Amino acid sequence: MLLEVKGLQASYGATPVLHGVDLAMQEGSVTTLLGANGAGKTTFLRALCGMVKTSGEVRFAGARIERHATEDIVRLGVAHVPDGRGTFAGLTTEENLRLGGYTRRRARELEADLERMYGYFPRLKERRAQQAGTLSGGEQQMLAVSRALMLRPKLLLLDEPSFGLAPLVVQELFRILGAVNREERVSILLVEQNAAMALALADRAYLMETGRIVRSGAAAELQRDDAVRRAYLGY
Amino acid sequence: MSRRMLLLTLALLAIACALPFVLTSYRTFQAALVLVYAIALLGLNIVTGYNGQISLGHGAFYALGAYCSAILMDQAGLPYWATIPIAGAACLVAGFLFGLPALRLEGLYLALATFALGVSMPQILKYHLLEKWTGGVQGIVIAKPEPPAALAAAGLRLDADQWLYFFVLAIAVIMFLLAWNLLRGRVGRALVAIRDHHTAAGVMGINTALYKSLAFGVSALYTGVAGALGAIAVQFVAPDSFNVLLSITFLVGIVVGGLASLSGALFGALFIQFVPNIADELSKAAPWAIFGAVLIAFIYLMPSGVAGALRALGARLAGQPKETRP
Amino acid sequence: MSAEALLLQVASGLATGGIYASLALALVMIYRATHLVNFAQGEMAMFCTYIAWSLMNAGLGYWTAFFATVAIAFVLGMLIERIVIRPVEDAPVLSVVVVFIGLLVILNSVAGWIFTYTIKTFPSPFPAELPYGIRLVSPHQLGALAVTMVVLALLYAFFRFTALGLAMRAAAQNPVSSRLVGIRVGWMLALGWGLAAAVGAVAGIMVAPIVYLDPNMMSGTLLYAFAAALLGGIESPGGAVVGGLIVGVLENVLGALIGNELKLVVALVLIVGVLLARPSGLFGKAQVTRV
Repeated sequence: MLLEVKGLQASYGATPVLHGVDLAMQEGSVTTLLGANGAGKTTFLRALCGMVKTSGEVRFAGARIERHATEDIVRLGVAHVPDGRGTFAGLTTEENLRLGGYTRRRARELEADLERMYGYFPRLKERRAQQAGTLSGGEQQMLAVSRALMLRPKLLLLDEPSFGLAPLVVQELFRILGAVNREERVSILLVEQNAAMALALADRAYLMETGRIVRSGAAAELQRDDAVRRAYLGY
Repeated sequence: MSRRMLLLTLALLAIACALPFVLTSYRTFQAALVLVYAIALLGLNIVTGYNGQISLGHGAFYALGAYCSAILMDQAGLPYWATIPIAGAACLVAGFLFGLPALRLEGLYLALATFALGVSMPQILKYHLLEKWTGGVQGIVIAKPEPPAALAAAGLRLDADQWLYFFVLAIAVIMFLLAWNLLRGRVGRALVAIRDHHTAAGVMGINTALYKSLAFGVSALYTGVAGALGAIAVQFVAPDSFNVLLSITFLVGIVVGGLASLSGALFGALFIQFVPNIADELSKAAPWAIFGAVLIAFIYLMPSGVAGALRALGARLAGQPKETRP
Repeated sequence: MSAEALLLQVASGLATGGIYASLALALVMIYRATHLVNFAQGEMAMFCTYIAWSLMNAGLGYWTAFFATVAIAFVLGMLIERIVIRPVEDAPVLSVVVVFIGLLVILNSVAGWIFTYTIKTFPSPFPAELPYGIRLVSPHQLGALAVTMVVLALLYAFFRFTALGLAMRAAAQNPVSSRLVGIRVGWMLALGWGLAAAVGAVAGIMVAPIVYLDPNMMSGTLLYAFAAALLGGIESPGGAVVGGLIVGVLENVLGALIGNELKLVVALVLIVGVLLARPSGLFGKAQVTRV
């Protein structure tokens, strides 16, 4: 089990947001966490990364990480693409990418990975010297994902990557995510509102409502489920 | 004011009136200085504690009041008591005028600008073009006020130090009462609202610009009056006593005493009058280092100052639960 | 004033301006990382200059003492950030300002205590006369300017071309995202303070031969450095340099015109003027605060 979450509770100040969440991910899987706005999905990802106060148990590759600082969790191999993308707007595209590889040691591998990212996203290569804040929404999303991949993470957390992107761009992004998962064995935990695309990519799915998991199972199963279809797939 | 507070205040006042008859002349003089500093600190507290505008240059207003008084006595021959309201008025105007551009400066930048004011004040006072009024580097010496003949005729014999003390006490009581009245009502709430959430206060209809400039003006008035009283008490004004360390001393006073608190002004005044002497004895060579360390310690450990700590203690003794932030 | 006299003032103004630029640079570095103005920067520089003086008195050569002091200043800056500033990182502005003032006062007083208030001379490493009989500026002024430029170039290269420099820039701009790539933001802050302290120490060592070494030597320089940093744009290192040079020239030219008595008042007017007329300075970007 790559990731095991048991009874995770989290709050912002005095307001509780997560009320005991259980979740498990196998190595190599793509798991998606669906739910409406305000369900607590973003909070869940932030809790995994130590960005919110939590109680409960989180195990990553067997080790308990709930009390770890964000930067230490990152060094264990967890890359988080936050909602809002978290781009370093004042730095160039290439500087953003290099920062993704900040914790890595071998310079030559870093250069090779940089080229690989440019291979996945040629547009970034064109804009490598441009200030990241001036990139379009879609380009910034690609930059955010590439920056996360520069870590060579074991686990990639994505918070609503399709947000505000044109459908074709989303398709391309999800295609690359799939490729990354298969070819580089990067496990992916995908928080999404675009349930259809997420369920198509994932093998497992969890449904969150007001800070609790209400359903879980194989992605294909949830895709076929009537209640889920009506609530989240719109048909 | 609750009955308990009223009784406490009256008791304090009674003690204050009795002091000059039990203390030596020198101690009475020191007590008068404590009251002077209390007025000055009240001034700084109005603008920084209640209204959140950081001033690191209030020594400049103290200097302005002091020099106003000294010049009027020395050159215009005015009696000492007449100089007080004039010094106050001059500082009110100066403070208000300074408050106008200060409107555009927030937090750190205002601190920076007022710091520059505090640092450059001695140079302004020493400037040769102003020398015939300010007396240049040597400053101005003024005469000590004598108790009015009427008192002696009525059988009450006071020496000069005692008279000075009562003069200062009377003014201090008036100014504290005025401040208390001002701050507990709508004005006080508006000032605090502006401090805590500037934009919301404006949206609620408070004329933030007016209040902030007035806060500066009134606070300058208080500190200026204190300066005038201080000059009369010490009988001397000279540029180098009004350097940035004076402004810093005032800052120490309100931090230690307690921000946004009337009693805090009194505690702070006691601190800045007596602790430097103690610090001097502790470390002949680096008294200011102790001052600085105390300053930092208070910020870490007692950010609401002595007044705040006493308030919390009082609440706990009265059985109220500890305040929790929402 | 004759053209030659004006040129003289401008030239020496540029030289002292270089020193203001160094101190302004230290201020800007801390501001960029923390959005705080380090009121104690001058006293930190002064204290380190005294350390250099002590090392030289103990027998070390000028440049050995110079580099040793820079290293000590670096460590001192880091320690101050970790021990004194960290507890008030998230405190309200007034608390932070008060802590800075406390630091200022402590450093000033301890320096006076350890080293006494007697004014001391401080050596200059540069030759007594310039070659070819150039008299426009003194050798020290030219040397100080050169040292300043070298420091600036090194800093620029560090921030622009090294991974650590990039990480520090990132941590200053966006601490949250920095954590997400594994940057230890707290240590980046400490490093920033260390570098700023080192730069400040260089400024102190360069200015000491001119203003003589005494615990209060930096108050005027600090005020000018504030003015320079604000003029250039408090977030812009390049602006700090340009601002420093402009302030240096203004100080000298105005000093020649209206006398030297009001130098600090000139700084005050500059500071207030810039804050009112163009708060983001010549090269800064206008700040927008979200409600």
